[in-house]
Amino acid sequence: MTVNLRTGTPRPRTLRAPGGISLRVEPRALAAGILLSALALLTAVVLIGTGDFAIAPADVVKTLLGNGSPADDFIVNDLRLPRALVGLLVGAAFGMSGSVFQTVTRNPLASPDILGFSYGSAVGALCAIVLFKADALGVAGGAVVGGVLAGTAIYLLSWKQGVHGYRMVLIGIGCSAMLLSVIQYLLTKAEDVDAARGMVWLTGSLSGRDWSQVWPLLATCAVLFPLVLGQGRALRMMEMGDDAAAALGIRVERTRMLLMLAAVLLTTAAGAAAGPIAFVALAAPQLARRLTRSAGPNLVCSALMGAVLLLASDWASQRVFGADQMPVGVVTGLVGGVYLLWLLVTERKAGRI
Amino acid sequence: MQRLSAENVTLGYDQRVIAENLSVEIPDHSFTVIVGPNACGKSTLLRALSRMLKPSSGRVLLDGQAIGSMPAKKVAKTLGLLPQSSIAPDGITVSDLVSRGRYPHQGLLRQWSSEDERIVAESMAATGVAELAGRSVDELSGGQRQRVWIAMALAQQTPLLLLDEPTTYLDIQHQIDVLDLCAELHEEQGRTLVAVLHDLNHAARYATHLIAMRGGRVVAEGPPAEIVTAALVEEVFGLRCQIIDDPETGTPLVIPAARQPRVKAPAQAAAAS
Repeated sequence: MTVNLRTGTPRPRTLRAPGGISLRVEPRALAAGILLSALALLTAVVLIGTGDFAIAPADVVKTLLGNGSPADDFIVNDLRLPRALVGLLVGAAFGMSGSVFQTVTRNPLASPDILGFSYGSAVGALCAIVLFKADALGVAGGAVVGGVLAGTAIYLLSWKQGVHGYRMVLIGIGCSAMLLSVIQYLLTKAEDVDAARGMVWLTGSLSGRDWSQVWPLLATCAVLFPLVLGQGRALRMMEMGDDAAAALGIRVERTRMLLMLAAVLLTTAAGAAAGPIAFVALAAPQLARRLTRSAGPNLVCSALMGAVLLLASDWASQRVFGADQMPVGVVTGLVGGVYLLWLLVTERKAGRI
Repeated sequence: MQRLSAENVTLGYDQRVIAENLSVEIPDHSFTVIVGPNACGKSTLLRALSRMLKPSSGRVLLDGQAIGSMPAKKVAKTLGLLPQSSIAPDGITVSDLVSRGRYPHQGLLRQWSSEDERIVAESMAATGVAELAGRSVDELSGGQRQRVWIAMALAQQTPLLLLDEPTTYLDIQHQIDVLDLCAELHEEQGRTLVAVLHDLNHAARYATHLIAMRGGRVVAEGPPAEIVTAALVEEVFGLRCQIIDDPETGTPLVIPAARQPRVKAPAQAAAAS
């Protein structure tokens, strides 16, 4: 392997198989992926062991494999595993969709929060809570409808002979401002109980998540992750500009629409399960990029990084504030923000920024 | 029938029509250069030829087929484009960027064949960027960067290559460097090149076929030695000039007319003396 000494970028390696099959892997990205997967699993195990009734990681693994005591089995498999799975999937969905948004708009600030999709979900969920006093399922449905509507509106408003990243970010900021007023209006108008429920939803929380949240989210991810990854190579080319990508034989507008749609659906599905958890979609791709040091969208690593961020934040919030005292959304902003600032500062010292 | 041509195309953006009923044929194996004053439609024509802009009427033909109805990847194997502004992703290395030119030849399970490897190496060698292979594109000079983009377009291995103002923003020595490189690719690899250039003297020196445009129509086309005359330059650019033989290459060289001394008003002349 040749390593460029100045940037430390390893050159990609090729795996070839008979029949003309060839795959390209970047060793550093692969290592980062393996590390992040291990970290995500480890955090999940630790998280499952954390709570009012603490269980040692070894016992958690034993119970997950079906060899635990009946009491452990109930706590692990019925109570805490769904919560960890929701965290894992929500983090991964936010991480991957963030990476798509940032690449499609060519803007590192383009996260669902900034572009307004999260606020669309929030308005939908709050309408369900405040106006219809809906149950958890109704709130999730409201979030999906609101997110998809906001996504469609923003996409259509950004359309001017194709969608341009810069225009979309500005229109997204405009829509966010508008939707935020609607959110504040709804919160002001709501009765105290509903307002409190609404605030918890807005912050994003994993507490009390059970299998009924896992299945729809898992189904969405099972369809959309492979779809997005399948477009990954085209997305990579689109980084170089629409003309350059089109010259390489990519149907830019169609690919962009497909990817945006997938990313909006991922965001809303994740939001419906756990609320619009701040910052994961914004930070995960940036963190993943700095870890892999490879150019281009690191879809898999961004997703894994999102999962690690969210699970680690949930664990931290339970350790520091006690079980279910503090919604995870409060901590993700803190943990992710500190990590990103630390990276940026050390990079500045190394002279890379 | 030439491989690439435009047939009665009407081109424009939104409601603004730039060219109407324009027909152009690109001679096979030529180095065609399109020239004309600003807003004459030369870049628009190139965008239409490279299918970046859909004509509102008429059609662009590639190998006898309407380019808009062909599969995108198939077109990308025949016709390459060096756009005016491309964005090098942060921190990408030269060899990585050049490799991306292989995209139309690759697939999900065929990501990097030994042929890809060979062609990328050849493209970097042909453009003189082989020794920069491991460097990050951000650190290169403007001229080097343009060579890297050209290498990427070469790696696409298309018999036709379109270049949209490839010398803009470059210093004079890099402009000549890039044009020399284009001429070399044209002569040695037999590719058909179509470029939009601002500098008429560069166009006259390097083109084998010149297309002069004004106001959305073609005023003249042919080998530069035959069509570049003082009358044509005046008609196309509104510039009075003489044409002499380029002492280096014998191609036409445009020498703009000297500034005419302005006739001073009598009062001013009196005050000056």
